[in-house]
Amino acid sequence: MGESKLDLLQGTLDLMVLQTLAAIGSQHGYGIARRIEQASQDEVLLNQGTIYASLVRLQQRGWISAEWGTSDNNRKAKFYSITRNGRKQLEKDAAYWQRLSDVMGRVLAMSPEESAS
Amino acid sequence: MSILRRAFARLRSFASKPPLDAELEAEIAAHIELATQLNIERGLTPIEARRQALVRFGGMDLVKDQHREARGIMKLDILLQDFRYTIRSLSRDRGFTLIAILLLALGIGANIAVFSVVNNLLLRPLPFPDAERLVWIAPPPTKCGLSCATYSTDAYDEFRTYSRSYQDVTGYFAFSGPGNLNLSLGGAPIPATSVDVIANFFQVLGVQPAMGRLFRPEDGNNGAAPVIVLSDAWWHRQFNADPNIIGKAFDINGQQTTVIGVLPGTFDFGAVFSPGVKIDALTPLNLYGPPRDEGNIITMIGRLKPGVTLGQAVPDAASAAPHMCWNNKYPDSCKGYAKDGVVPVSLKEYISGKLRRSLVVLWSAVAGVLLIACVNLSNLLLARAAARTKEFAMRTALGASRLRIVRQLLTESLILSSSGAICGLALAAALIAWLRHQTALALPLVSLLHIDGAALGWTVLIAVVAAGLFGLLPGMRMAAGNLQDSLKDSGAGSGQGRKHERLRSILVVTEVALACVLLVGAGLLLRSFLRVLDVDMGFEPQHAAAVNVDYDDNVPNDKTGALSAARRGVIFKQVIDRVSAIPGVQAAGISDYLPLGQNRAWGLPWPRGVKQPENVHGSPLVYVMTPGYLHAMGTGIHGRDLTWDDGPNSQAVVLINRSFANFLDKYAKWPNHDAVGHILGDGKGLLIIGVVDDVHEESAEGDAGWQIYYSAMQNGPNGAQLILRSTLPPATLSSSVMRTLRDINPKQAMAEFRPIQSLVDHANSPRQFFMLLASSFAGLGLLLAAIGIYGVISYSVTQRTQEIGIRMALGATVAKVQRSVLAKTLRLAVIGIATGAIVSLVVSRTIAALLFDTNPTDPLAFAATVLLIGGVALLAGYLPARRASRINPMVALRNN
Repeated sequence: MGESKLDLLQGTLDLMVLQTLAAIGSQHGYGIARRIEQASQDEVLLNQGTIYASLVRLQQRGWISAEWGTSDNNRKAKFYSITRNGRKQLEKDAAYWQRLSDVMGRVLAMSPEESAS
Repeated sequence: MSILRRAFARLRSFASKPPLDAELEAEIAAHIELATQLNIERGLTPIEARRQALVRFGGMDLVKDQHREARGIMKLDILLQDFRYTIRSLSRDRGFTLIAILLLALGIGANIAVFSVVNNLLLRPLPFPDAERLVWIAPPPTKCGLSCATYSTDAYDEFRTYSRSYQDVTGYFAFSGPGNLNLSLGGAPIPATSVDVIANFFQVLGVQPAMGRLFRPEDGNNGAAPVIVLSDAWWHRQFNADPNIIGKAFDINGQQTTVIGVLPGTFDFGAVFSPGVKIDALTPLNLYGPPRDEGNIITMIGRLKPGVTLGQAVPDAASAAPHMCWNNKYPDSCKGYAKDGVVPVSLKEYISGKLRRSLVVLWSAVAGVLLIACVNLSNLLLARAAARTKEFAMRTALGASRLRIVRQLLTESLILSSSGAICGLALAAALIAWLRHQTALALPLVSLLHIDGAALGWTVLIAVVAAGLFGLLPGMRMAAGNLQDSLKDSGAGSGQGRKHERLRSILVVTEVALACVLLVGAGLLLRSFLRVLDVDMGFEPQHAAAVNVDYDDNVPNDKTGALSAARRGVIFKQVIDRVSAIPGVQAAGISDYLPLGQNRAWGLPWPRGVKQPENVHGSPLVYVMTPGYLHAMGTGIHGRDLTWDDGPNSQAVVLINRSFANFLDKYAKWPNHDAVGHILGDGKGLLIIGVVDDVHEESAEGDAGWQIYYSAMQNGPNGAQLILRSTLPPATLSSSVMRTLRDINPKQAMAEFRPIQSLVDHANSPRQFFMLLASSFAGLGLLLAAIGIYGVISYSVTQRTQEIGIRMALGATVAKVQRSVLAKTLRLAVIGIATGAIVSLVVSRTIAALLFDTNPTDPLAFAATVLLIGGVALLAGYLPARRASRINPMVALRNN
């Protein structure tokens, strides 16, 4: 099981966090990590702790904001939500990823005969 | 914008690191708890639930580090860590640290001090607003001294009218003697020195008064009320910085003179225009009174119009020159200035141009000293790094990156160099403060020396460059080292140790070579200075002193001046007779000017009956004297001296110096080439009664010019300097001499006794100054090189303790061990000296222009350098050699 998990590329985690926050609104670190794991159907190898470096990075860039609040089961936790700048950035990054994955898809779809001709 | 915000966020997060760390802790705690909670809900036991949560979270410390790095405190953090670590390790190694800082302080301090001097004289503009527009207007130097470098008042007026390049032209009276003011505040008059300046002097220079006002045109008019402007220094010294001094009147030279202003401390007339002479006050020059007919008396200074270049001003001056007459009353005096007579040069060039070469040499010399200090330190650091190889290997093994270790070494270098720079700055400040008070030093602008922003910037620059120079090599060495080798290397006798030693030997050879170059340069300058001291000045400077004599030779209704000349003769004879009677006085005489001081010329007297060719230029410098003056000065006479009978009603007589006599003889072709008994000039003419030794009247280094001596009873002297020859020190003599003078003339000021030797010293002071500095720097270089040699040899002995122990155990004698260590030292020294000598041959050529009567390849300077460095090297090697020979084989072998 461990072997088959995906290693995260640099920068991809930031995008996942942004998308998660855009999708579910305000959420704490653990919640974000859980959502990413669920969305990827447990295919990414995520040390949940690494999410916090990503969160502080995004916060410094002004793409997300943070606030202490109370969770569903009455625990104090820091809640993050995406800012307007963050949404703009997300659009840009998502478009970029879409293009990249399209290109990768086409390149990898090449069959040996086609490349020979 | 976002970069700014991020930078700000990073900085803020660094500043508030503890709270942010605590916040992260809280966040992580919440995370774990939420995860545990969920796991429990899934049905795990609380302990298992928490374990699972922690596993999913990942490495706690890694997360914290990542978080901090993202927050941006990592680099600053590391810097702070490196800083703390360095301070710790340096304070553990106190001896090394102290030596390193001392070496750097000496090297950097010397550099800052010299930079301040260079900055003051060459780099910084003169201390006037728009100083680059100020020009000095004079003909190129000729044989007739100051009289040919100055202009008459008529010429000044015409130049102002006919030149177009200038906003305004000003000038000052060039012939004011020291002590020309007598300030009477009750008791004995106090002598002071002032210079007469044209009323627009301060406007042209752009000087504003610190208090009161400066001169207005009417202050220089005939019959204007006498006014005076005080220098800042004199105001402090003589008037206790009286804040209410403006408007007060004092008895100066017998006239009630009103103080109208005080100059700012930043303007020192002496420092700019007459280096080494203290000018206490400035007074207005009456352009249209008696000075009108006194001939060339004004030095001209102009301020160019904005946008006018020096290149445009030169032809402009040349075209104004034909309009300038020596005296408008004599139309045939109008050609005098036309030929090359009026040439503007930038004021700065006039003031400091001559010093440029010396200063550049000094600057290079201190750079050499700093280089030696850096090489030395590099060496020390290499030794230290070698000893720390294992420490670094251990740190690398524990995960420190190479970069981190090099960075840490560079931090160490930077800390050392900045500490050195701070100490050096203090050293330089002390040196500069001392220099500023060397008022007798004939270097311009010395009193304005200070450490300014540029000097501080220079300090930072050389501190960083020095750190790079001495820190990079050990750093690279360290980074290149092989981890396994280092951990295994036992130090003594292994490959790494040897490689280190070779590098260190190369560094020492470099040091010795640099020191060699410095010493050769200093040796050549020292030899030049000694040659200058050996110059026969044409008078005996030792055991003689001069004092300014005040006298009143005024006779009412004296139309021809004969009456006052006779009276002057009586006064002077009385002074000389009475002073000569004082026990200990061997000879006495009076002249108005002294050698190496002011001078003037009165035209070129030509032998009677000989046709004067067109192309003869120059005129002899004039001294108006009494009988006995030449004897008191120790100047030899062929023929006879003046007598008291050479008075106003007898044949006018002169003595001329040998050079002038020889020059005239070329045209007159006197029998036996003897000028004595021949007559110069028309009418009654001037009878040559003697030919005297050539006196160096401008400097020891230049050629002796032409001189002519007149009788004080036949011509008007410009003041009176009494020369006393005595083996007693001036201090002993001065009170009895002063009592006698005051007895003869109660108005005699309490004038200072000036040893004649001080005139020579003053003239030689710039050369002495440069020689002393160059020698100190060379000495410093030698010392540093010696430390370097000692360090390397001593280190190699330590490294080879075991080997030497084995050798001794196998039967090597003490002498043999010592010899082998000394041989090693000698090898390094010889290679260094040989390299240095070759470089010196090239370098000494570049300072040839600074030498006096000394060949740049002077064998003595080279030989002395070789011997000195060789000797010092042997001494530096002897100490470790002795230590090596005392190694106890048993101890050495046991100790590994």
